[in-house]
Amino acid sequence: MSDAAPRRVIPIKVEPLSTLSTAARSTVLDICARLESLPGALLPVLHAVQESLRYVPKDAVPLIAHELNLSIAEVHGVVTFYHYFLQERPGRHVMHICRAEACQALGSVALEAHAKARLGVDYHGTTRDGAITLEPVYCLGNCALGPSLMIDQRLHGRVTPERFDALLAHSREAT
Amino acid sequence: MSAAGSVKIFVPCDAAALGVGADETALAITAEANRRGITVELIRNGSRGLLWLEPLVEVDVAGTRMAYGPVQSSEVAGLFDAGFTTGKPHALSHGATQELPYFKRQERLTFARVGLTDPRSLADYLAHDGYRGLQAALAMKPADIVACVTASGLRGRGGAAFPTGIKWKTVLGAESQQKYIVCNADEGDSGTFSDRMLMEGDPFVLVEGMSIAGLATGATQGYIYLRWEYPQAKVALESAIAAAVAADYLGANIRGSGKSFQLEVRMGAGAYICGEETSLLESLEGKRGQVRFKPPLPALQGLFGKPTVINNVISFASVPIILDRGAEFYQHFGMGRSRGTLPMQLAGNVKHGGLVEIAFGMTLRELLYDYGGGSYSGRPIRAVQVGGPLGAYLPESQFDTPLDYEAFAAIKAMLGHGGIVAFDDRVDMAAQARYAMEFCAIESCGKCTPCRIGSTRGVEVIDRLIAGENAPKQEAILRDLCETLTYGSLCALGGLTPFPVISALNHFPEDFVKPVRAARAAG
Repeated sequence: MSDAAPRRVIPIKVEPLSTLSTAARSTVLDICARLESLPGALLPVLHAVQESLRYVPKDAVPLIAHELNLSIAEVHGVVTFYHYFLQERPGRHVMHICRAEACQALGSVALEAHAKARLGVDYHGTTRDGAITLEPVYCLGNCALGPSLMIDQRLHGRVTPERFDALLAHSREAT
Repeated sequence: MSAAGSVKIFVPCDAAALGVGADETALAITAEANRRGITVELIRNGSRGLLWLEPLVEVDVAGTRMAYGPVQSSEVAGLFDAGFTTGKPHALSHGATQELPYFKRQERLTFARVGLTDPRSLADYLAHDGYRGLQAALAMKPADIVACVTASGLRGRGGAAFPTGIKWKTVLGAESQQKYIVCNADEGDSGTFSDRMLMEGDPFVLVEGMSIAGLATGATQGYIYLRWEYPQAKVALESAIAAAVAADYLGANIRGSGKSFQLEVRMGAGAYICGEETSLLESLEGKRGQVRFKPPLPALQGLFGKPTVINNVISFASVPIILDRGAEFYQHFGMGRSRGTLPMQLAGNVKHGGLVEIAFGMTLRELLYDYGGGSYSGRPIRAVQVGGPLGAYLPESQFDTPLDYEAFAAIKAMLGHGGIVAFDDRVDMAAQARYAMEFCAIESCGKCTPCRIGSTRGVEVIDRLIAGENAPKQEAILRDLCETLTYGSLCALGGLTPFPVISALNHFPEDFVKPVRAARAAG
């Protein structure tokens, strides 16, 4: 914007002991270079990073902060504020189960219990075989055909325990 | 128009339809048609809103669309055997879609095209009265566009029901080099899906409505803030924007008028609070979605500190028909100060869930039973939550309340975004009250203390209350805490969380009594 305040420069030392691989590092740098000119670029950048790397690694935070001229605290604050951004590498598939009222009215509480028992994990956990990470979500907009869940951005409605087991088996087979 | 000898078949690409197998059904139809040597023109339309019939397959028979549903892929061969391509009967057939009572009794203004057209086709949109509102607006002065929207009586459909025209007038009157149009597509209320259905089924109408808002206020840049949970809507909107740009309905010189308007979709990242307009603006600016103090109003200092129109999807999508048909046409629908239509969403434990766009004034009972057909489980409906997670729980004795903003306010409830969630007699209302507090704790932005801490304390107090630990005292504390939340919170999240909690406590007090709960658990 023409009347924007002059650009502040916040000196940040990028972590010297970063565990980010060279490839991941260049992915993050490419994304920042591509999107930094957008007004309010941080969310688009974080979405792109998660889309490429499947999560936002801790060591990507100082790098993004440096590239977007933000403080590490600002970037960390945003990553941790939004439920969608994952800070740990997820399993091969991410499953979001809807916990909201319309799904509750159709038995989602029982579905949650069934899912946790079948997967052997609680929310935010990843199964031991690395296949599934379980996350809660508050409404998928499928409120007339619940209970609902989403696997890797694909919605499933009217999920009975039997249908859950079938979806799970299918996900475990898929790579 | 279908080629000679080819059959036109519609299978929705709406997310709710996909969630019960619409893609598999579409694939099976194509495969089966190939096998039988029948030429099929398959169109992926939006949903008609009769969601319990999804995947709802429609066949064009001499210009009339015949409905079959729900059609799973395994049933496709049987449909071909029965001759559904020529509209022959089958166990799944429902006759002509437009004659179905659920559909026929509605007043589809905003949703006129949803389910009817191909959402990816600009030509189809234009053939169904699309962009007539924008054409009208291009010939008008900004102040006249605003006056038309004001005269229609349109109030914000996001939940707060603020008059849309007044908001636009403030932005029009604000002096600034840069102004913004922002669409709140962060439809987070449980029980609501009308924004999603509209964006997936008729994305052009939202693009048109926002463009008109730009012309009306002098804003040249628009953003649609869309929740990540709606990936199909993202695809639909981005394809509609690209088509609109290619045909000069968006861009630097709209239809040769010299007027400019650009539009971009931005994704949210899972935060209910970002449905609150000032949090949404913070999020668009790349920050944590924390609520701002008001004033200043977003209309004067909104996105990046500039004057900003921020409206819900349905509000923007209602504008083109108002400009096309005139304020009086729209004004004619509704009751009292609630003018026009409201797309209601029947959800939860209801037999015939879906989208019902009707003029204001119908009662909740008519909607639940005449449209909804009672509960999905077949058990009595015991409680209904209207208006999302911050809406009150209504008992059967309040089902005769007319659907009208003021009538709902009078019983300490709200219509909100028009979501209706039904629960049968197995619901535990103390658990629902507890969930309301828990949800507030999870989704609180943390800026104000009553919401951030009060919600967590609320969960604890409800736990003690239902455990029977000095219950009268706990109830008094809970009511007092709710008062603090109501009057001390910065925004609607903390301010309205007491609605579901107190309504559950007032209308279903027995669910909070330990001996009653114990007896019920024992069967």
